[in-house]
Amino acid sequence: MTVNTGKVVSINGNLVSVEFQGNVSMNEICFVKVGGTTLKSEVIRIRGNIAQIQVYEMTDGIKCGDDVEFTGDMLSAELGPGLLGQVYDGLQNPLPVLAEQAGWFLERGIYADGLDYEKKWEFTPISKVGDTLRAGEYIGTVPEGPFTHKIFVPFNLLGKYTLKSIVPKGEYTVKETVAVLTDERGRDVSVSMSFKWPVKRAVKCYSERLAPVEAMETKVRLIDSFFPVAKGGTYCTPGPFGAGKTVLQHTTSKYADVDIVIIAACGERAGEVVETLTEFPELTDPKTGRSLMERTIIICNTSSMPVASREASVYTSVTLAEYYRQMGLNVLLLADSTSRWAQALREMSGRLEEIPGEEAFPAYLESYIAAFYERAGYVRLPDGSTGSVTIGGTVSPAGGNFEEPVTQATLKVVGAFHGLSRERSDARKYPAIDPLISWSKYRSVIDSKKSEYCKKMLHHGNEIGSMMKVVGEEGTSISDYIIYLKAEMLDAVYLQQNSFDLIDANCDTLRQRYVTDKLINILGSEYEIDNKDDARSFLNRMRQKFIDWNYTEFRSDAFKKVEAEIDTLYKEKNGNLGLDAETLLKDGE
Amino acid sequence: MNKVFNRIESITGNVITVRANNVQYKELAQINTRFGKSLAQVNKIEGDIVSLQVFAGGQGVSTGDEVRFLGREMRVSFSEDLLGRIFNGSGEPRDKGPALTENMKPVGGPSVNPTKRILANRMMRTNIPMIDMFNTLVVSQKLPIFSISGEPYNQLLARIAMQADADVIVLGGMGLKYDDFLYFKDELSQGGALSKTVMFIHTASDPTVECMMIPDMVLAVAEQFALQDKDVLVLLTDMTNFADAMKEIAITQEQVPSNRGYPGDLYSQLAARYEKAVDFANSGSVTVLAVTTMPGDDVTHPVPDNTGYITEGQYYLKGGRIEPFGSLSRLKQNVNGKTRKDHRALMDGMIRLYSSYKETLEKKNMGFSMNKWDEKLLKYGSLFESKMMDLSVNLSLEQSLDLGWEILADCFEKDETGIKSDLTDEFWPK
Repeated sequence: MTVNTGKVVSINGNLVSVEFQGNVSMNEICFVKVGGTTLKSEVIRIRGNIAQIQVYEMTDGIKCGDDVEFTGDMLSAELGPGLLGQVYDGLQNPLPVLAEQAGWFLERGIYADGLDYEKKWEFTPISKVGDTLRAGEYIGTVPEGPFTHKIFVPFNLLGKYTLKSIVPKGEYTVKETVAVLTDERGRDVSVSMSFKWPVKRAVKCYSERLAPVEAMETKVRLIDSFFPVAKGGTYCTPGPFGAGKTVLQHTTSKYADVDIVIIAACGERAGEVVETLTEFPELTDPKTGRSLMERTIIICNTSSMPVASREASVYTSVTLAEYYRQMGLNVLLLADSTSRWAQALREMSGRLEEIPGEEAFPAYLESYIAAFYERAGYVRLPDGSTGSVTIGGTVSPAGGNFEEPVTQATLKVVGAFHGLSRERSDARKYPAIDPLISWSKYRSVIDSKKSEYCKKMLHHGNEIGSMMKVVGEEGTSISDYIIYLKAEMLDAVYLQQNSFDLIDANCDTLRQRYVTDKLINILGSEYEIDNKDDARSFLNRMRQKFIDWNYTEFRSDAFKKVEAEIDTLYKEKNGNLGLDAETLLKDGE
Repeated sequence: MNKVFNRIESITGNVITVRANNVQYKELAQINTRFGKSLAQVNKIEGDIVSLQVFAGGQGVSTGDEVRFLGREMRVSFSEDLLGRIFNGSGEPRDKGPALTENMKPVGGPSVNPTKRILANRMMRTNIPMIDMFNTLVVSQKLPIFSISGEPYNQLLARIAMQADADVIVLGGMGLKYDDFLYFKDELSQGGALSKTVMFIHTASDPTVECMMIPDMVLAVAEQFALQDKDVLVLLTDMTNFADAMKEIAITQEQVPSNRGYPGDLYSQLAARYEKAVDFANSGSVTVLAVTTMPGDDVTHPVPDNTGYITEGQYYLKGGRIEPFGSLSRLKQNVNGKTRKDHRALMDGMIRLYSSYKETLEKKNMGFSMNKWDEKLLKYGSLFESKMMDLSVNLSLEQSLDLGWEILADCFEKDETGIKSDLTDEFWPK
């Protein structure tokens, strides 16, 4: 194949126009030669013989007439064993390798392979010569950390293949041929343990997509019990700055009940990535007992890194997620923040002089966001097993106003909405997810009727609270006042959770079920209370007991001791279970 | 080698275009106008039409003026000689000292590899109790000072410049009033901090393009000092003027505006500057404090809003004091656990009581009667405000903590403070 080349004719920020001969395809990768280096770029518009390309690096120093070389390939991720535990930039360059080559700074024009080509992996063949295979089916396995990494027939091989030969069990590098396949026309294809896949195309090598039904435990009570997320589902977390989006995602990445977590730090602070990088290798994954880093991949394109590769980074992340899903694993992709990705789209759109939509975001913003979240899913794989990709994205709405285009476009396509509010974070009520505006279409880990009962109590308490602001405490009846206090207590002891405390932060399903039953018992009861001071002091004491309870290990002696104290307190006030709560608790049994 | 052109095709605002070939993107040019020489920088190339932003502004530029391309990008001289000097946005001296041309370093360089950063874990002392004690500044942190016009933010910056335990201070002034510039100069020389300070100053009357260059010059110099194992504190005032300068150029060049006229890349542009804050492993560091005035005291205005998403907290300057409620140093947990063991508990306890004081004050203003506890809170609040919050208070962290205990002991009994009893037993003034 001859190398297709072109010449630069105009430069505007990171948008460069190139005059080319021959054929160029949309989203093709090309390299601009400037000085001694080559800068990776992607074709984003073609008009006549002019291709407009976005350069993934700073464009300083480019001149008209500089050579551009087209590669014929689209932007691809390299898939194979050795992805776990890596720290990549948006184009899948391993950052530690770049640091070895370039030192302190991310010098432009330096690229490194996504996988280690030298390392040998212990390959065990599964398929036998003569087997009929299709893309996405397994031919062997290698152990990778705590997982059995499946080796695939590359996803880009269309049609049916027959296995002609396969290497015996042994150690191979990711580039060595491990099998030869013959296609229907008799042509041979060599297959190694790694292959490339264009990141902007969804991987569809599954037999069917299933509805996401199984809950994905995050160990955050407010989420699991009231606004749950399902494996293979999608959710978004919009919130103003300082409301705790990143802390919430950080907690989720530590405790979520999934096999693999991919963190896409997209256009956010570098310091936060450093925190993860420092902390994760020290933490253990409760599921496997190994370092948390072994189940994590970090794709980090922080705010000061080039904006075009920020756009690519979310696609790179979701491609890696899909790859591990194909092995029958449950993968969680956390994207922080999708607004920065949308802004990257807006910057390019502005340079392309496209007609702007709302707040100058491009008109295709909604369809891009929808297409991204649609890559989540719970699927049945060719071998009958299932795997999932769950996507959780934060949104950083300008001015904390949820009416803006990115939040609205996201809300249309996700299955759960965790809206963070400034009021709650200012009052130090963490996680600052506002129970009055959030919603979820997935099934709760606790009985849904119980979940509804609690939510209703919160709403009711909030109504009384707003009324009390007008008429004062004096103007509120004692029964209303007690409901208000009960809702406040529910908020304080169940919705709020200390993400820095190891026990409180890690509240699993069993415990959530146990505690909600107890809470419904307490909150659904009538007490012998004559005045408001009495009510306040009783519920405050109850609240304190529950908070202490949260910090004890489930079913430990300390746990039982505090529970007994709660029961004693309950009896002191002659608690009497109401009818609603009684039926509810009976149903659950 | 230098290419000279004598024909300017168009002049719009501060942007001119010439027909030229073989010009590099972001290359510098020198333009000779009847008012003298000015630098200009290429910011767009379309075929042989090259757009340049003229640092000295478009006023008085004639179509017949000479444009000479210099074949290099914007650079700044770096050496110890910078200390004590004052420059403008083009890097020319603003004081009477000589121009510096040695050891030129590029400005606006690439960002630091995240894997080469280390976790921020050292405190930067400023001897201002509202910072050191309540919202500790951490080495390599980036923090804006949100404020409105008229607040003494420049006075605050000057005090931090004089008191902070940094090796080098780099001050960047953007759209500074001339009096404020003089104020900084006088304060720093009187306070004896001038010898460790470099200033890059753009005053309100200087051309807009130079305003845009200030943060890059400042941060390039800061980065170089940091690589020489220095702890550098960068002070910028006022970033809203920087954003407005970007807006002006963007609109002149007919870019599609996104939010209230600001260019779509406002976030990325601000982030590229703030993210220069760094702690290099086994070397120096850059800490950034930047004043951001909020037009109309509106924190949802695009500049403070985007800034809040980038920085690690913020200081609110309101009524001449650093507000304890809106202010937040996100990194303070990294350091305040290892200063003195009463630090965290005292910080939380005092803020909790101050918030109760605010509620009581509200009740009082509404005409409710005050009980004994309310009287105590009122006394506490006024002591706290005059002894701790006042900007002129200059105390080390340890002195502030001691003062905190004194104020508490002056107003309350031990068990009324809500602070753990083993701490009150140890620290309560006898």
